[in-house]
Amino acid sequence: MIEVEHVSKVYNGRKAVDDVSFRVEKGEILGFLGPNGAGKTTTMRILTCYMPSTEGTARVAGYDVFEQSIEVRKRIGYLPENPPLYPEMAVQSYLNFVAKIKGTRSNQRKSQVDEVIGKCNLGDVRNRIIGKLSKGYKQRVGLAQALLNNPEVLILDEPTLGLDPKQIHEVRDLIKSLGSTHTVILSTHILPEVSMTCNRVVIINKGKVVAMDTPEGLAHQMKGAERVSLTVDGPMAAVRDKLQSIDGVLRVQANEEPAGSQATYIVECQLDSDLRRVLAATVVSQGWGLLDLRGISMSLEDVFINLTTQE
Amino acid sequence: MQNILAIWQREMRSYFVSPIAYVVLTVFLFLSGLFFFGNLTEVVQYTMTQAQMGQGVQPIDVPAYVIQSLFRTTSVILLFLVPMLTMGLFTEEKKRGTIELLLTTPVGNFQALLGKYLASVTFLLILFMSSGFTISALFVYSRPDWKPILAGYLGMFLYGAALLALGLFISTLTENQIVAVVITFGASLVLWLISVFSSSAVGATKDVINYLSVISHLDDFLKGVIDTSHIIYYVTFAFVGLFLAYRSLESMRWKG
Repeated sequence: MIEVEHVSKVYNGRKAVDDVSFRVEKGEILGFLGPNGAGKTTTMRILTCYMPSTEGTARVAGYDVFEQSIEVRKRIGYLPENPPLYPEMAVQSYLNFVAKIKGTRSNQRKSQVDEVIGKCNLGDVRNRIIGKLSKGYKQRVGLAQALLNNPEVLILDEPTLGLDPKQIHEVRDLIKSLGSTHTVILSTHILPEVSMTCNRVVIINKGKVVAMDTPEGLAHQMKGAERVSLTVDGPMAAVRDKLQSIDGVLRVQANEEPAGSQATYIVECQLDSDLRRVLAATVVSQGWGLLDLRGISMSLEDVFINLTTQE
Repeated sequence: MQNILAIWQREMRSYFVSPIAYVVLTVFLFLSGLFFFGNLTEVVQYTMTQAQMGQGVQPIDVPAYVIQSLFRTTSVILLFLVPMLTMGLFTEEKKRGTIELLLTTPVGNFQALLGKYLASVTFLLILFMSSGFTISALFVYSRPDWKPILAGYLGMFLYGAALLALGLFISTLTENQIVAVVITFGASLVLWLISVFSSSAVGATKDVINYLSVISHLDDFLKGVIDTSHIIYYVTFAFVGLFLAYRSLESMRWKG
């Protein structure tokens, strides 16, 4: 549905987007993750035909964003980072205006507008002036605008920005439900949002794609090793040597300041091996006290920080 | 077409929900009313003194004189007010980020431009209609020739529409309304006063400078003469303004 091939964008001599390539299949929800200034918004603006890329090509629904921009524009709904609202207009007349410029037929316009008002829970404020609404409502009016005319592709730049926790939940549910019929790209820097709503994640940093996978796959891939945390009551040096000698253990790291004879050890094991049983048996067979044992899994947050801070 | 209409409608609405429309209308009507009154009393006083001096009154076409003076002062007032009508057209879209909406929907740049331009031209027509009220007072007390009035209105309309296109172009260049107003006003004033420089020039230069002046093309219209060369000047002027605005919108996409 969306194909991005070797896209670069140079702004004032700085590469905002550097050789980015990815694909999004129909019905997929792709999460676009990255620190501020990583190039998320620029990539989205290229996809929505707002600005052309310096190099590379991007296609939406088979149409080139530069050559056939009008065809692409007909098929996308776009929520920019700052919702594009006219503060002096009432919600309903604003949505009517957007429906018109998106080319919705006049006999379908009213039902379309009513539909998005329902989906985004804007019924209470439909006759209110946009400028007087709270940030959360404004954000939802922006989202409603993107959904008008039922576009095949939705491009949402930080859709949950400025919402309260309940609204965030509603919007996530809405996006998930849209995923079955639409292709969605959303950008965010809220990590749980990605694991909750997206099928696939692209992590971008300094304009470059640094990782692309499912949220689970990404966490798995980044681990590099299974890690187990052990708290053992026993002589530190002996425990460490014993643990180190177990087959499949890569490295043992002991807690620096043991409380009495107890110490916590982080044991790194080979990928895809579960040594917890062996570790427990070894400790117990030596007559030491096994106080705690658990696997350490890496959260998406760790992955993210890992990917975006290392050079 | 639907797009142009939708944009035109939204722009008209935004004129009238903001104070701009009312302020511009009020100031325009006040000033043109004031000058109308001033011109009228001037003529009356002139004829009075002539009669008192016993020289016999020279025949003078009072309505034609008054209307010509009115149009002349209106052209100056427009110089100040037109920048107010165009200052928000694209600056506001850029500032609010709604430009991102306009340029990512199937509305082409050209349609967006035309919708906005037509809205400002419509507002100009509203101004003229409101000042037509003043002129209609002349019809109550005298029998003016209506043809020169129409010619005068045509000239004023073309002149105003040309300045609006210039203002539209300038509004695509900045995000700041004040900057847009000042530059539009400055540029209009230069095009207005340029004929001053022609006095020191000679030959072809003089002709070119005279030709460029926005105001020199208005004179014939005010005398009731419709000359196609003047129409062509104003239409070309407006067209160049729109073309520059169109290019400026295009280049904005490239600059980001």
